Amino acid sequence: MHAHAFDQYQAQNSRIHRLDPRVKLLIAVGYILSNALLPDGSWAAFALAWLALLVATDLSQLGLAFTLKRSVVALPFALVAVSAIFSPVGEPLAEWDLGFVTLAPTDVGVIRFFSILVRSWLSVQMAILLVATTQFPDLIHAFEHLRVPRSLTTIIAFLYRYLFVLVDEVYRMLRARDARSAGLPGQKHGGKLLWRVKVTGSMAGQLFLRSYERSERIYNAMVSRGYTGHFRTLNPHDLNRRDWQVLILALVLIAMIQVTGRL
Amino acid sequence: MNFSPAPLHIPDGFLNLVISLVFWAATIIMVGLAVSKTNKTLGDKQIPLMGVMAAFIFAAQMLNFPVAGGTSGHFLGGALAAIVLGPWAGILVMTAVVTVQALLFQDGGLLVMGANIFNMGILTAVIGFGLYRMVAGQKRGLRLAVAGIAAWLATMAAALLTALQLWLSGTTRLEIVVPAMLGVHALIGIGEALITVAAIAFIEQTRPDLLTEEKSTSGGGRGWVVAGLVVTILAVLISPLASANPDGLERVAEDIGFLDTGQDAPFQILPDYTIPVLGETGLSTIVAGVVGALVVFGLLILVGRNLRRKSPTD
Amino acid sequence: MPIKHDSHHEFSLPECNGDVVQIRALHFAYPDGHVALKGIDLNICDGEKVALVGPNGAGKSTLMLHLNGILDASEGEVSIGGLCMDDKNLPVIRALVGLVFQNPDDQLFSPTVFDDVAFGPLHMGLPEEEVYQRVGEALAAVQMSDFSDRLSHHLSMGQKKRIAIATVLAMQPQILILDEPSAGLDPRARRSLINLLRDLPITMLVSSHDLRMVEELFPRMVVMDEGEIVADGLTEELMLDEALLETHGLERP
Repeated sequence: MHAHAFDQYQAQNSRIHRLDPRVKLLIAVGYILSNALLPDGSWAAFALAWLALLVATDLSQLGLAFTLKRSVVALPFALVAVSAIFSPVGEPLAEWDLGFVTLAPTDVGVIRFFSILVRSWLSVQMAILLVATTQFPDLIHAFEHLRVPRSLTTIIAFLYRYLFVLVDEVYRMLRARDARSAGLPGQKHGGKLLWRVKVTGSMAGQLFLRSYERSERIYNAMVSRGYTGHFRTLNPHDLNRRDWQVLILALVLIAMIQVTGRL
Repeated sequence: MNFSPAPLHIPDGFLNLVISLVFWAATIIMVGLAVSKTNKTLGDKQIPLMGVMAAFIFAAQMLNFPVAGGTSGHFLGGALAAIVLGPWAGILVMTAVVTVQALLFQDGGLLVMGANIFNMGILTAVIGFGLYRMVAGQKRGLRLAVAGIAAWLATMAAALLTALQLWLSGTTRLEIVVPAMLGVHALIGIGEALITVAAIAFIEQTRPDLLTEEKSTSGGGRGWVVAGLVVTILAVLISPLASANPDGLERVAEDIGFLDTGQDAPFQILPDYTIPVLGETGLSTIVAGVVGALVVFGLLILVGRNLRRKSPTD
Repeated sequence: MPIKHDSHHEFSLPECNGDVVQIRALHFAYPDGHVALKGIDLNICDGEKVALVGPNGAGKSTLMLHLNGILDASEGEVSIGGLCMDDKNLPVIRALVGLVFQNPDDQLFSPTVFDDVAFGPLHMGLPEEEVYQRVGEALAAVQMSDFSDRLSHHLSMGQKKRIAIATVLAMQPQILILDEPSAGLDPRARRSLINLLRDLPITMLVSSHDLRMVEELFPRMVVMDEGEIVADGLTEELMLDEALLETHGLERP
């Protein structure tokens, strides 16, 4: 398996793909912001937000189930919110005596719990849609236009470029370790925990050195092409009329969702 | 692929708006400082170095080692990055890592990214580097031991702050989340500490020139030691208070006005989603909705002002 | 389209109308004390294609890094196109000398192919339109015109090598220096790279262990070992000197 298999961009030529990356980033952040602003239990607004997401997904030609399938990444975190069910505020719905403690789920608590889940689920899907329809380098360009400091965007660009190279290197190291991790029947194998940690730590150290030396070679390659400390790239994005239309449309939609949430 | 959604990467939806924005503000200030400090003090070699180091932290997080019971230890890397690269560069590197994790893999949200960067990149740098800086130039054994302890404490502090953020957002109960987070990360932190120590030991053995005393002090002055100690002590004081006596912490938060226990969700911008003057009327909720929408607009326009038509890049 | 070529030329060195590279008594020691170059003298004529061969650790890469001032000579002189290597001339020299590193993953450091090929021209301070034009020409020269928007980490090794060459061609150098261009390529990618190098009308200094390629492409061959030039002459003739090749860890193709 090659590391770049987990690059989530899906090549298409849809209306969403063609939008300026700035517009997509702003809409995605606005949408997530709007979810955070919606009160607990505003189900109609959540439904409207979901509908908006479905329309966007459909326009992106990725298939309606695309974001849905990938949205499970945030699920494990839902555990954290379970305790919200037993909110001290609101009417108790039941009382469970566990011997050492009595748990009482309340109506407010249950509504809160599900609201958190829905907010998170919608937001994650929007983020998935964003990266599935936008090449990562274009997102970096969007950051630059939005005045994220140059040194930070350059670091992010390097990170993106070399993440795949280094992850492949990690795979090779792990494979080399596993290939030699033999066990004999009847013998306890695998060594002591401390030793295993030391092996892993040495791998981290090894990886660090290789990365460090690589950065020196990259620096040489940059210098030999004229780099003097200022990183220059061309950033050829232009906001056209359609980008503005979509941005305004999305803002109106978000406003509608907000108002719906408070009716 | 083993991208374990580590319990420190908070997804969107789990922190409320105020907490998200407060930590975005704190993060922006710190990252801004880091940008200007690194621009000033570090040579032009540092940009590719920090970039590749960010990729290194990212890749190293995939190195796991089996711990008992089917779980495996993972690596966060914030303390290591700060110790090896200096605190400001460490902060930038971790900022890049957390950003890419959120954008590329939805490991952590966007609105809550400020909090995630703060917990995993800034807090860990302050504690990791601050404590290590204290023993710069001392004996190797002592330095390694302190590096390990600092890595463990940094992990614990990040877990604690994450728990507090979740609690202040009304997402979870204090008496549950703090012991749970600290319990899990007490273990994870041991792995973090051991890998950090082993990695530093390995680097010292093979390329001692990268970790000279002069280098480890040039990136940050004595102030880091103070900051590291203060934050550590704070974390150590709050932890037992939060886990053994959650009511105590709630009381403190209430007293200093952080927390209004009468509200199910503290820190809503518009309490009860109505405008106080208008009372509980339909009109009031609509106005509240419009205000909410305006907040979104305002923030977007604020950002949008920076939209440039093809800004010339230097 | 691979072009058919005779695999053996009638070699003779072209008449030299001006040395483009002049190296005099070049010594270099790394900061850790390791002496990598011990008195190198080398001239390369305009238009010449020269191969640099020798075992690992002979100092080939170190020598190449001196040619655009990444390493500073401990002793001796390097001049490019008549310009001696100093801080004043350095930017010009870097525009004159295109250095292609061995590992294209080090050379291609930008997320997209376009950004990488544009890097050199942008840092030379060229206006935007010219940057676009040069990127287009450079990609066309390595027959990769369709790859402008591709992501570097999606390319194959052979494609990366070609793009790496394009990143340098976009700067329109007078001398192209390549470190192990055919290493790690499968036979087909190697063949198309050889054809590409043959067709580029530019002065070249190329280090390689691939003596078959050397024999095919480079009329002149310089043999290095332990920081010194041990032979310099017609490839045809040196290839027949089995004692020389064997002493310096080379094998006749």
